[in-house]
Amino acid sequence: MRTLVQTLLASGFFGRNTPYDLVAAIAVFVLSAAVFLGVAFPFAGIVSWVERRVWARIQSRVGPNRVGPNGFLQWLADGVKHVCKEDIVPTDADPVLFKMAPYLVVLAFVLPWAVMPFSSALILADLNVGILYMTAVTAITVVGVLMAGWASNDKWSLIGGIRSAAQIVSYEIPAGLSIFPVVLMTGTLSMQGIIRAQGWAPQHWFLFANPFTFVAANILFISALAEGNRTPFDLPEAESELVAGFATEYSGMRYLFFFMAEWGNLFIIGAIIATLFLGGWQFPRVSNNPVVMNVLELITFNVKVLFLVFVSMWVRGTLPRVRIDQLMTLCWKYFVPIAFANMIGTAIWVAIWPEGNPVAGYIMFAAGIVVAIVFIRRVVFYAKRSQMELYYYPTI
Amino acid sequence: MLQSVIFYALAAGTIASAAAVAFSRNIVYSTFALLGAFMGVVGIYILLAADFVAMVQLLVYVGGILVLTIFAVMLTQGIGDVTISNRAVGSVPALVTVAIAGAVMLYAIAHTRWHQAALHAAAPTTYGIGNAFLGDYVLPFEVASLVLLAALIGAIVISRHEARE
Repeated sequence: MRTLVQTLLASGFFGRNTPYDLVAAIAVFVLSAAVFLGVAFPFAGIVSWVERRVWARIQSRVGPNRVGPNGFLQWLADGVKHVCKEDIVPTDADPVLFKMAPYLVVLAFVLPWAVMPFSSALILADLNVGILYMTAVTAITVVGVLMAGWASNDKWSLIGGIRSAAQIVSYEIPAGLSIFPVVLMTGTLSMQGIIRAQGWAPQHWFLFANPFTFVAANILFISALAEGNRTPFDLPEAESELVAGFATEYSGMRYLFFFMAEWGNLFIIGAIIATLFLGGWQFPRVSNNPVVMNVLELITFNVKVLFLVFVSMWVRGTLPRVRIDQLMTLCWKYFVPIAFANMIGTAIWVAIWPEGNPVAGYIMFAAGIVVAIVFIRRVVFYAKRSQMELYYYPTI
Repeated sequence: MLQSVIFYALAAGTIASAAAVAFSRNIVYSTFALLGAFMGVVGIYILLAADFVAMVQLLVYVGGILVLTIFAVMLTQGIGDVTISNRAVGSVPALVTVAIAGAVMLYAIAHTRWHQAALHAAAPTTYGIGNAFLGDYVLPFEVASLVLLAALIGAIVISRHEARE
């Protein structure tokens, strides 16, 4: 960012006496807008279509396939439909808070993109407190959801909002504690610093660095799903009990804002896991050309993130919803103690091997491969036994 | 120049939100206005290059304390019309108290020798804070954590006591 601003000033495009701060401010605004409008919002839209298709295939349905090739333009059609709808504010609702709530939720969704490490050069701001920033700004969602729940003046909305807030506040604790092992091992909070401490090969990822980080990665992923209100933790929007939870009274674009943030948060969840545990954009140095390297790193990062997004869709299509007491039991009785044990375990590990244990990486990676092979064999076994009809074509 | 503009904008926003907290007749509006005050303080911390403190402020105050306050407010009855419970304190004693407090504050502001640091680029503060907590200030740090632990246990004891009755 700093070099970019200096290049802009040196080119003389802005005139001789332009202050540095002004150019920097303009550059920040333009680049942020480019990332939000060009990456964040289209991603949220496209992922809504992908999810409906993936989910439909898991449930032996077809899914939306009418608008555009394979229904690809469905998300644009949905967007146009919601923009054209009437913006209804219920008579008994609190108009100011009712209208403000979706913006807060969207704000909490766009802020994390500022520290999204797409590649070694493509990052808006490599903050020294990057990962802390990411967890802190997502906490604003709770305020928006509570605001929506209360301002709607509706029992379903209020229960949905309070459930959502309880869930997010509870699961923030294991999620935050699962970030600490990685911070202990790297000694930095910066997103790029954490990625640079890892290697491109799986045995150098923090996922396989030691047994504690492996558990931490799993806890973080599950807690992030709970924080993102995803099935099996989508109690705030449980259709069978609460209509649409905190979004019951919303219509049109305001309703879409909530769900855009929810779908877009999938990318943020994937990005946090990929950065902390899966080596981020790390790619073997095959070329000395920075442009080529950055493109390869961008692809690597996105493949990792999209794989995790796919896993969360897969989970959503497979698992039933948990009850509220099960949700809280899982968090407080299992995740919080395990996350604390992980933190102490990692601290002891780092005290014994300050530079990391290279052998442990290979052993953990081998164990991971064994688990994956066993899992695939079970899936193939059950698929054969149930004699179900398999469709191998991704489109229909 | 730009820093001054940003500082005054943040200060104005913080003070306006704080005024809304104090003067709103609707207690829910007051609680949500706290968000603006907290965010303004976060902005001022960032402007002072205190990146770690800013993020912790956001995490603890917005993510924790504000949400707990909203919870507590939503579970109370008669949110719309707040009745002032303590009529004994009229407007005259309140005015006197505020005038004295304000005078003390003005005196302090006028007579403090403000230490002005030289302008320098923002540097990471996390290492310094960590070293200070576990080095020179380890005793206050541990005492503060003991106080928090006592508060935690006290809260549990009080709530368990009510459940038993």
